[in-house]
Amino acid sequence: MADQVFWDDVEEGTKLPEVVKNPTTQQLVKYAGASGDYYQIHYDQGFAKNNDLDDVILHGALKNAFLGHLVTKWMGPDGDLKRLACQYRGMDIPGTPVTAKGVVTKKYQEQGANLVDCDIWLENEKGEKTTPGSATIALPTR
Amino acid sequence: MTTPASFLTEEMIKQAIGQKSAPTTIDIEKGAIIKFAQAIEDDNPVYNDEKAARESRYGGLIAPPTFLRSVGVDRPTYPFDMPFTRLLDGGSDWEYFHPVRAGDWITAISEIADINERTGRMGLMIITSIVVTYSNQFDQVAARQTSTSIRY
Repeated sequence: MADQVFWDDVEEGTKLPEVVKNPTTQQLVKYAGASGDYYQIHYDQGFAKNNDLDDVILHGALKNAFLGHLVTKWMGPDGDLKRLACQYRGMDIPGTPVTAKGVVTKKYQEQGANLVDCDIWLENEKGEKTTPGSATIALPTR
Repeated sequence: MTTPASFLTEEMIKQAIGQKSAPTTIDIEKGAIIKFAQAIEDDNPVYNDEKAARESRYGGLIAPPTFLRSVGVDRPTYPFDMPFTRLLDGGSDWEYFHPVRAGDWITAISEIADINERTGRMGLMIITSIVVTYSNQFDQVAARQTSTSIRY
């Protein structure tokens, strides 16, 4: 079982353990099937090029899922995800790794819940934040 | 297509905001959850392992946070001809209220919350903010997703 993180032990500035993903064209096809998003820019290179793209690109929603993985892995079995937001600022292509990162920006209590806000983002090999976002998580206390 | 300088009028914006899709209802199947978790390469046992999920506080498999995307809700229809056929996803903002469990019946409805236009690298773009509400069989709102779609 995954370790449990407790609200008591978290501070502003606490970093979330990184999650590294190595998306391939095969993963994009698997994701297309699993999500039902068959838009051809994610697996048909000719179609992508006709749409002014250099290559097939990762589904935005797959990058959203990578960020979901980052926060749910960190919050542990007793954490509750309240909000997950991200913007697709830069495109990512299969064959290059992306790293999901996050940091706690606020720790507070609201309506009986022990909450933290986090900045989260996906970073490409060049260190560019292609997919910035934020999350709110309720954590258990000791 | 030659890009016009402007497309949306005040009247069109007024007509578009509040437009809703027809509802879509799907059965949240266990196999679909597991395939989705495999596709995003998330090995959390509450999505993948019936035994571990049964022993968790959820008492069974739940769906990963962005799984609801696969409900495949219709987009609201624009109340005018939309000549911009190319589509990009600008982002998503999810709020979660109840876990989505294997066996749930989820009904989704989408609604245009806002629409505007902007000129970018690829010419004139129509930016639509769409709110999707996902409710379960107990009429509880399980999640709400605000997504931004970019047409160009």
